[in-house]
Amino acid sequence: MKTLAGLHKDEQLAVTLAPVSRMDLIKYSGASGDFNPIHTVDVEATKAGLPGIIAHGMWTMGNLAKLFTPYYEEGFIEDYEIRFAGMVFIDDVITLQATVAEEEIEGVYFHVIATNQKDKTVIQGKVKFRKYA
Amino acid sequence: MYENFVGNVSGKIKNTVERGLVKRFAESIGDAHPIFIDEEFGKLSRFGNNIAPPTFPRIFDSGSIEGLKLPEKGLIHGEQKYHYTRPLLVGEEIYCWIEVKDYYEKKGSNGLMGFLAVKRYGEDADGNIVFTEEAVTIITEAVRKAMNV
Repeated sequence: MKTLAGLHKDEQLAVTLAPVSRMDLIKYSGASGDFNPIHTVDVEATKAGLPGIIAHGMWTMGNLAKLFTPYYEEGFIEDYEIRFAGMVFIDDVITLQATVAEEEIEGVYFHVIATNQKDKTVIQGKVKFRKYA
Repeated sequence: MYENFVGNVSGKIKNTVERGLVKRFAESIGDAHPIFIDEEFGKLSRFGNNIAPPTFPRIFDSGSIEGLKLPEKGLIHGEQKYHYTRPLLVGEEIYCWIEVKDYYEKKGSNGLMGFLAVKRYGEDADGNIVFTEEAVTIITEAVRKAMNV
């Protein structure tokens, strides 16, 4: 596996997830303690004016961080900043990407984004991966 | 409505980075890496321990701001920002509290939207800040009307 420090500007880490399932969101509700029913119960989502249940924004943000997990010996996520831009529905196919924006001695800056199968942005932001000295 | 709470701070609450919760959380975000969940693997790592995923502080109890009530439904999560000085270690104690940083209103397509910015702090047993977490929650006009605030 390539090291993160070996990545250059515009190079990318990326993964496409399996289609989002209700069970994914039930598990995240339990693990995070966020039991807002618009994420798990159809009728509550409908009452809230949504076309169906939606993923927790933090589920998508949590997933995206895994692009960096394999590099834990090299450094850690010092800054992770996300704007929630669109909703994620059941059966959506989400692609997570991190692109090197800038390299510095102390760390690597990434633009991060998650898009759905229609190439619509659902979350986007930045990561600063801090390298251990 | 929420302007009066800006600057208010909760009390500190002790949390433990519990092994079982870290495992369940890592699995729920599809990130069951052994650095989070395999005890032996953690021991052999540079930390000598397992660590927690960066969005794990979501589950910490940070106390509450006296008098501050948010609607149970209809909130929109707008932004989320973490800053770490090091990864969280499994088993350690983290003291958390929150501070209301800002509240403002903006005209949007759904009327006057309220933006509430809350910052959460987490420090270790030695009093060193390990992480901060800033969240912006959007409260729509419809929801505020329903709450009568």
